[in-house]
This record gives sequence, structure tokens and C-alpha cells, in this order.
Amino acid sequence: MSRRAAYDGVVAAVPVTIPYERYSIQTAHWWIGRALAETIRRAGIRKRDIDGLCVSSFTLGPDTAVGLTQHLGMSPRWLDHIPMGGATGVVALRRAARAVQAGDAEIVACVAGDTNGPDSFRALVAGFSRFAADATYPYGAAGPNGSFAILTDAYMRRFGATREDFARICVAQRQNALGFPHALMKRKLTMEEYLAARMVSSPVALFDCVMPCAGAEAFLVMRDDTAASLGLKTARVLSTIERHNAFPEDPIQLRGGWAQDMPELYAMAGTTPAGIDLLQTYDDYPVIVMMQFEDLGFCAKGEGPEFVRSHDLTLAGDFPHNTSGGQLSVGQAGAAGGYLGMTEALRQITGTPLGPQVANARTALVSGFGMINYDRGLCSGAAILQAA
Amino acid sequence: MNPPLPPRRKADPLALPRQALMPQGGRSRAALGLAAMAAQGRFTLQVCVACGATQYPPRDVCHECLGTDLPWRDVATGATLLGETTVHLSGDTYFRVRTPWRTGLVALDCGPSAVAHVHPDVTPAGRARMRLMLDRSGQGVLLALPERDTANMMDDPMIREMTCDPRGRRILITDGRSALGQEAARSLLAAGAAQVFLGIADAWKPFKGQDTLPGDAVPLDLTDATSVGELAAEFGGRIDIVVNTALHIRPGGPLDRRDLVSAREEMEAAYFGPLRLAQALGPTLRARAADGPYGACAWVNIHGIDALAPDPSFALTGAAQAAGLSLSQSLRTALAPIRVLTAFVGPLEDEWHQAIPPPKVTPSALAAAILRGLREGLEEIAVGDIAMDVMRRWRDNPATLARERAG
Repeated sequence: MSRRAAYDGVVAAVPVTIPYERYSIQTAHWWIGRALAETIRRAGIRKRDIDGLCVSSFTLGPDTAVGLTQHLGMSPRWLDHIPMGGATGVVALRRAARAVQAGDAEIVACVAGDTNGPDSFRALVAGFSRFAADATYPYGAAGPNGSFAILTDAYMRRFGATREDFARICVAQRQNALGFPHALMKRKLTMEEYLAARMVSSPVALFDCVMPCAGAEAFLVMRDDTAASLGLKTARVLSTIERHNAFPEDPIQLRGGWAQDMPELYAMAGTTPAGIDLLQTYDDYPVIVMMQFEDLGFCAKGEGPEFVRSHDLTLAGDFPHNTSGGQLSVGQAGAAGGYLGMTEALRQITGTPLGPQVANARTALVSGFGMINYDRGLCSGAAILQAA
Repeated sequence: MNPPLPPRRKADPLALPRQALMPQGGRSRAALGLAAMAAQGRFTLQVCVACGATQYPPRDVCHECLGTDLPWRDVATGATLLGETTVHLSGDTYFRVRTPWRTGLVALDCGPSAVAHVHPDVTPAGRARMRLMLDRSGQGVLLALPERDTANMMDDPMIREMTCDPRGRRILITDGRSALGQEAARSLLAAGAAQVFLGIADAWKPFKGQDTLPGDAVPLDLTDATSVGELAAEFGGRIDIVVNTALHIRPGGPLDRRDLVSAREEMEAAYFGPLRLAQALGPTLRARAADGPYGACAWVNIHGIDALAPDPSFALTGAAQAAGLSLSQSLRTALAPIRVLTAFVGPLEDEWHQAIPPPKVTPSALAAAILRGLREGLEEIAVGDIAMDVMRRWRDNPATLARERAG
């Protein structure tokens, strides 16, 4: 039995996605500012009504959330800056929810945004972390492509996954993206095209990789009565988990922190994997998607390949997954990539999708994964949300 | 099996040379320890004194017990390859023209997992033998070799990036008049060097071995700027390895001489001469460092072990050797990506060490050690029992060594 208090009375609302661009001459400040402005406009509030701010960005430097308050002319009484890459969306939600629940803030704006120039990604990778600079980048300098290729290779050897299995994930997500107006990838992807694609860092090929881009995502967290007075469509937070550097004794990463915390995730929400209507995983590479299917309890460890063979992962399928197309098709806007699943899930379960609506979507699971500090992703998190 | 290295081809005079770029060299202070150990050819990692846990990547704090005393210790070299990739696309300017490049994650027998360069003969998910190597930026990197030597193992292009094998390369030896220079030439030619230039100063003056000189004699007097300039102009573009064998060791402390004549000569041989040569040859050598598998790769300087702490009976030589060593250390940065190999020697078996009891180093032993250092890509070797003994004492405590040497 979990001893954690429920998130009673707290809701998330107003999911905002600022359409991504491959390259931008603007700054992270500009992208974050746009997302905040759009959130305020859609919520029908004033800037000063936001008394809590949570920011994530890789390209805001040398500023942090602190500098941003002055840049944007905000005076929040609660401020957070979350450097957790793909786990930022989930972690921002759970921190903001507690702040609102405890009364430390009334309305928290959670925002992630990054810009992207022609050399941004290489520069980010070259100086990503101390361990990466000391012990990863000097070995071929392939960045996350190389690191995830090694994990993918090990996973394939261990569990018999094939490139066709990973293709099923990528092809289904591309299918979903065709209906999502902001996706940077707008062409249908076939299994043949996937398999014939240029090898980037074997066994990771072109369509296993996300496209770095500029963009921003945001949402608001507040009490349900605040939201009701504003007339907003909302989702309740049923449960969340967060874990860092899980299983450090594993010689290579074949599971993430979700495997440690999954029982609590469902127990707190009072549901099971069967009660999830749609799943948004963190999809920087398809092997990580497969691990999330396993570690979040949708199938047993090692059964990921069989799971993708026997399920239809598209919007209209029996297992709606990454319904906007995910980062693999929409693009990876830096830290905003860690929000993409959150905003999409909020839209789907509040009946405000930008593309097709998933039928009977009431309960969503959003999962995050971030920061290859050295040889593995360190941050994992997940949240279960339900239409209010 | 790895294919043998293709023979050296004549350079295409119209092709633009490949720029001598380096892999990213920035490291944390702790990770610099990898280079210090790779320079000596040792496989060491940090081991926590408090709990015995082996650390990797290099750390400031033990990942087990939070201890902060993490000295570098020799550890087991065995490993198992857990997962691998062959990089085809890299955003890095050095690697992108050297792909495909194989790397992987290995489980080290001593505990941690480590990303490493992986030799093509290591079988997938197989066992490997780890070595610490210096990459072209001069930083220490992990290399996974097959458990047992395979045919042409060291011919792999990735390995050639980290070693300085003289095979197929053209070498300048600065002092062909000396037994050491002649022995070095024989040893390098026997190891497959394409050509050896032997510098001969004052050719009109007869010298021992002049009738059986190995390699090609070229006029070179390191004390003469004109001579050095002429050599650089004529042969500079054809030299891949420089072996500076000019060693001028003379007995005598500061009060044993009445003037500075001899001290100046020692500085000339140990410091000004090599500096002159580096100024003349360095830029060309460095520019040719990425010129294929036979590109320019190394500069060898020989230093008396007195460079670390003087022996009172050879004190002035010691001062000059210390100056030469300091030059070698700064040449590491200035000549990069050319490897600077410093070979420390104790008393040589020659006419200037008659009063010194054995063990003494023969020219052929020194030549063999230099060859080994080049082949293994080392940066620092101590040759002979005396040099090794002094080096160990110096690593243990340099201040104590200075007192010990003072007698």
C-alpha cells in the first residue's frame, strides 16, 4: 500500500504546442515566451496570475529560470528549473501538482522550449555532461545515436528483437503523425523505406533517430475549482513516479527506472495497464519505447518484440501509442521533447486533439526518460492522468 | 582477420592533404589520469582506498562509499563486450572522415562498464583484452583488443591512429655519428621503416661505423641554424618520425669547472639544438599528421634520468637535461597531434661513464626500447634498471628523490 498522498483537487490544463521548426534564428527565451503567451491567452488569465513557474531548456544558457523571470517580467513565488531532458514533462507535473496542492502556488505554468541552429545539436552533444565528455564523446563522437545503438544491439541480442520490430513502432508513429498538423515529418513511412534507410550508427538507422528542432510546449497546473472558474477542460493527476540512476548495478541498460516503481504507479492510481486508454512513451529511439512497454507492465521483460508484432500502435488501433507521431515524427525540440507526450495526452483525454481523436480516451499514461549522462539514460518518470 | 596494411603509396601531388584534426581533448582533471597512465602503457583505474571499489568513468568521489581517496591502481585487463555499434555518421570533424568506427560497451572484469574503442577482431559479445591508449589528442582512451593477438592486429586503421609503428615510415635520426644513432637506425630499418635519414655533423671528421652506416647519411648539425634549415628544406616533407639521439652527457658539478663553455655545450645539445630542430621541422610534421596510415606521427627525445633530479657528479648535465625535458613537455602541445615520446636513460655504456659501475644501458637496448615505445604508442619510457629505479622513486615522492640523489 502506498503511503503517498493522492493529488486530490489538482488538475492539469491548457496544453500548448508551439509549432516546431527545423532551424530557428530565435532564442530559447523567445520560444518559451511564445508558449507562455499562448497559454495565458488560451486560459483567459493575466501574466501576473501565474505565481508558479517551472522551466526546462538546454539552450537557455547562461540563463536559468531565474533570469527568465526578469526577461519575461514575471514575479512568481514558486520557481523551478528541471534539467532532466526527456523526463521533464512528468517531473514538472508532479512538482507543480504538489506546490498547488500545498498552496505554495495558485497557478503553475510548466514550460519547456529550445531553439536549434545548424550546429546546436553537435555542440550540445560535445559538452553534454562531464562523463560524456570524458568517456563517451571521444569514442566516435556519435552522441546519443552511438549510445542508443549500443543499447539497441545488446537488447536485440538478448531478446531477439529485429529491425522489423523497431520499424513497426516507427511506421505506426509516422501514420499517427500524418494527422498531426505540427509534425515535421509529413510523408508516410513504409517498412521497406525504414529497412533500406542509411545506417547512422549500427544497428540504429536514419528512421530510428529523431530530428533535432526548435519548439516549445507548455501546460498549466492549478486547483480544480480554479480551473472550473476559468471554464477550462482539465485532467486529474492520478499518480506519478520518478527515479534517477535506477539499477546502477546493471552492466548495460536493458530496463529503466519504471521497472522499479511500476507497482506504485498503478497502485496509487487504482488501476492496471488494462485500464490505460492511451500511452505516450518517450521515443528518442524505438528500443526505449519497447523497454517502456515492458517496464510499465504492458508486457513482460523481453516480450517487447512480440508485443509490437501483435498490436496495432496507431491512433485507431488496439493500442494507441504516441498519437501525435512522437518525437520520431514531430521532431525533438530539446527539452520540449520531454513535454510532447504530456501535452498530447492532455489534449486527447480532454477532447481537444489537434489531429484525430482517439476513441474513448479517458485515462492516459505518460512516460518520460532522459539524460544519457554516460552509458545509460538516468531519469525516468511516468504519470497517469484522467479526464476530470 | 584484419587485412594487412596496404603498402605505402606515393602521395598524389594534386590531392589536398587531409587536415590534421584531433578528437575532442577536453577532460575533467580526474580523467587526465587516464592519459598519464596510458603514456606509460599501464592499465590502471581509480580504486577506492576505503572500500576497494573500482571507478569508471574517473571520479572525484567513490560511487560506493563516497570516499575521496581514489588512487590509480593496476587492474585486471579482461573484459566482455556487452553491446556495440559501428559509427557511420559523426558530427565530429575528426571522426567523420574516419568512419566506419567500431565502439562498444564492455563489462570490465574489475567491475565497471566502460565505453571503448573496439578492434574488429573482437567477436560480438566476446571476450576482450583492454589497454589504455593515447588518442590523437593525447588523451587516454580505452581500447578493446581480441583476447589473443590476431594476424595483422596492429595494422587496423583505428590502431594506427593510436600507435607510431615505424613500419613503412620515414625517419630522421639526428646523430648518426654516435653508436646510439646507428643502433637506432638498424633497429628501425629492421622493423620495416621505409627510409632512415642519419644526420651527420662535420662529415669531414672520421667517426666509428662510418663505413657500415645503416640508412642514408644527411648533413645535419643541430648547433647550426643554417644546417638545420637546409635539412628541413630538403627533407622536411618526407620525415614521419624524428628520433633525436643527440645526447651530450659529461661529468662535473657546478664548481668542478672554471667557466661556462661545457655547460653551454650541454644546453646546446639538450635544449637549443632540439628547439632549433622543432622550429624547423615541427610545422611540416604537424601538418602531415593525418596523411593516411603512414602519416607523420612521432617525435622522440632522449633524456638522461638526471632530468628528474640531478646526480651531483653530473650536475650540469642534469640542468641541461631538465631544460630538454621541459621542452619535450611543451612540444606535446605544440606538435599535437604528433606524439612526443620521452625516453629516460641512466648511465650509458660509453666513454663518459667509465667511472660509473654497472648496470649501464647499451645503445642497442635503448634503440630496442624506443622501437617498442613507438609501436605501443607510449609517451614516456624509462630504459634500464637505473632509470626505472629513479623513475619509481620520483613517482613515489619527487622531493625525497632530490634528497636521495644529493647523497
